[in-house]
Amino acid sequence: MPPPEAAPVLLAVDGVTKHFAGVTALSDVSLDVRAGEILGLLGENGAGKSTLLKILSGVMPPSGGRITFDGADYAPASPQDAKRAGIVTIYQELSLIPTLTVAENIFIGRAPVGPLGLVSWKRMERESRDIIARVGLSIDPMTPVSALSVAEQQLVEIARALSLKSRLIIMDEPTSALTETEVQRLLSIMDRLRKDGVAIMFVTHRLEEASAICDRMTVLRDGRLAGHLDREGGPIRLPAIIEKMVGRAASELYARPAQRAEAGDVVLSVRGLRTMRDPEAPHAIVLDGVDLDLKAGEILGVAGLVGSGRTELARAIFGADRIAAGTITLEGRPIAPASPADAIALGIGLVPEDRKHQAIFAALGILVNFSVASLGRFSNGFGVMAERRERDALSGFRKMLSIRMASAEQPIEGLSGGNQQKVILARWLARDPKVLIVDEPTRGVDVGAKAEVHQILVQLAARGIAVMMISSELPEVLAVSDRIVTMRKGRITGEMPGAEASEERLMELMALDRRDARRDEARGQTV
Amino acid sequence: MSIAEDQKQRGGATFARLLMSFGPLLFLVALVVVFTLLKPSFIDPINLFNITRQISITGLIALGMTFVILTAGIDLSVGSLLAFCGMVAAVVAKGGAANTLSLSASGTQGYGWFAALLAAVVVGAAAGGVQGLAITRLKVPPFVVTLGGLTVFRGLTLTISNGGPISGFDASMRWFGTGLIGPVPVPAIIFAIAAILCHIVLRYTRYGRAVYAVGGNAEAARLSGLRVDRVLVSVYVIVGFFAGLAAFVLSARLNSSEAVAGIGYELTVISAVVIGGTSLFGGIGSVGGTVVGAALIGVLQNGLQFNNVSSYTQSIVIGLILILAVAFDRWLKSRVRR
Repeated sequence: MPPPEAAPVLLAVDGVTKHFAGVTALSDVSLDVRAGEILGLLGENGAGKSTLLKILSGVMPPSGGRITFDGADYAPASPQDAKRAGIVTIYQELSLIPTLTVAENIFIGRAPVGPLGLVSWKRMERESRDIIARVGLSIDPMTPVSALSVAEQQLVEIARALSLKSRLIIMDEPTSALTETEVQRLLSIMDRLRKDGVAIMFVTHRLEEASAICDRMTVLRDGRLAGHLDREGGPIRLPAIIEKMVGRAASELYARPAQRAEAGDVVLSVRGLRTMRDPEAPHAIVLDGVDLDLKAGEILGVAGLVGSGRTELARAIFGADRIAAGTITLEGRPIAPASPADAIALGIGLVPEDRKHQAIFAALGILVNFSVASLGRFSNGFGVMAERRERDALSGFRKMLSIRMASAEQPIEGLSGGNQQKVILARWLARDPKVLIVDEPTRGVDVGAKAEVHQILVQLAARGIAVMMISSELPEVLAVSDRIVTMRKGRITGEMPGAEASEERLMELMALDRRDARRDEARGQTV
Repeated sequence: MSIAEDQKQRGGATFARLLMSFGPLLFLVALVVVFTLLKPSFIDPINLFNITRQISITGLIALGMTFVILTAGIDLSVGSLLAFCGMVAAVVAKGGAANTLSLSASGTQGYGWFAALLAAVVVGAAAGGVQGLAITRLKVPPFVVTLGGLTVFRGLTLTISNGGPISGFDASMRWFGTGLIGPVPVPAIIFAIAAILCHIVLRYTRYGRAVYAVGGNAEAARLSGLRVDRVLVSVYVIVGFFAGLAAFVLSARLNSSEAVAGIGYELTVISAVVIGGTSLFGGIGSVGGTVVGAALIGVLQNGLQFNNVSSYTQSIVIGLILILAVAFDRWLKSRVRR
């Protein structure tokens, strides 16, 4: 590998800032990428990685700062503009058209034409065969994309980027949906592209992968530059990365709320829980023998990266996904919820991670959103809604959770993320659940309301509800949890009391290989 | 954003919301005014009651269709199902397939109007249930299942009727189509009662909430503990029931069940629901809107006829109104969201 210093700077980001409606998402961020190198862009959720990506890929303009690409000012007005300039971004959600062939996808919008202005299929096939060979794919270019695995589709996107003569490829979490072998293949292709002089910006959560492949890293934290790391002789070491990513003691935003209750008896107990691999989604995460106890009055934090199985665990307990093996016990009795309706009837509630698609009825009123899980409680024997009772209950929660809303009829989509989330919490509180699972409870919730949501969770635990909180924001896990477990690859990799946990320790347990994690755990026990 | 600005925007949105609820109604009133100005006899009670009789058949089916469309579904089979249920009702009213050629109006041979009505609604509901199961169990989209149903039910109708009509019912059955209570036609009264019941079910019951929730966001509904598939099957049962009821009334009115009855009704029915503001994407809409939508189409047809506009031109006008109504609805929504 040529020493990076030798190559000219291809992309230079200088003091870029981005404000959204009064919130600063990026503040004075600078970095550069050279031809023929892989730059890792790292940072926790909310650190500003996606904002920077959107600016670089032409989705939105920066509010301030300067970007140059290949020595010239770079200010793309659209993603097409960015592509034309030579920067292609490959997102987690792939942008291929599944019904078209690989060749058609590569040449979309610019199919080679023959003398009559008709598409020359022969040329298209030949040229795409050459291009996909460059990314190590040996499939027929006339295969429909829908027949490919996620990993293969990713390579097709990279191939398309190459055929566009891209000089910088930005990859957003490209390995999150891949198996171990596929990851290795992708990394080796990235290495080959680097040798061909292509610059790659590798955005990832996976520290080991970043460490294995990146020449340099830029770490963001809270929308600011946390620092640059350089490969000096050997790979960049993980502790150095973690230190830059975390960088601070739990900030005042995540002050540990007061008013905590003693944890009571075990309410929910999970043993050897496994889920089946779905033949239609061979890359989906499966649970691989999860053991877990949840006590009344405690908040159990579940920390894990995207793809660690944390959401799958919640869904399995809630009856939303099928269970292959293992037992779930609620208050000593074995349960086997076959549907969310079953789990709800047993006293389990779930605030799902994707509020818009899984929780709210956007166009419907707040009242309807609130009572949808308790229609039986708010109706009489004839199935007629007892609206007075329903409204009274809502206004009770409105006060208790300080939900800011205009009226019970107001469509919920008009509320802020935080207030929407409070309505969803109220939806479950109306049922007096024994167990409440909250998945990413403050995703898309503004900073002020985050603390409120945390306070609510603590109150619920104080009332004796067993709360399981899944979150990828470590400060949040640390601030709210009485006890913390970490997950990786469908297994629990560690457990500790909340007071003894630190971001570094959690990050290691979440991100490191399982053997390392075990060793680490063992070390922790012997100390 | 400043508070004043915020309030101003909210004020605009409230007005748009108001328009959204009353837009079709205003349009209906405007149409009545225009037709009256063109020809004052349009407003005669006789003509108005005539209109209510005309809209009651498609109106009844549109009530059921409102449930279906609220779940983001569609039922294209209703016209054929209407013919099929009408034929079933006729066979029962005649006292069996062997007697269908008798033209006796005395009512001595058949099983009577009640058995005919019961047969029509039960067969309609069952047919709807089968389609609902095909949609939920076989995971075939509603559009495809009911498109198949459209052909199947027409074929069944032609099979049991041998292609021809079955005519001549006794007076007690005919009363449901041609009778009057005071000055009001019986079909209009049936439609009104059914509309009120549907309104109550959708607006005030647990079941109604479930219908809106499933249409608004099926995944969220499932994760909120609703039995989504059961709700989906039930709405096709309901629209089938109403197709059966409408079939009975239509046969009673015409004193005949025609094998070719109801051709193209699905389009009129869906138009009525959509003009009434129910979203084809589910979750938004009301029975009141559907009644107004059905009335709007009825008034338009009658008024154009009244002014000697050819049926060809009527088709063109109704089609354009449908598109305009939806465009207007879209425009209002974009204003509300902003």
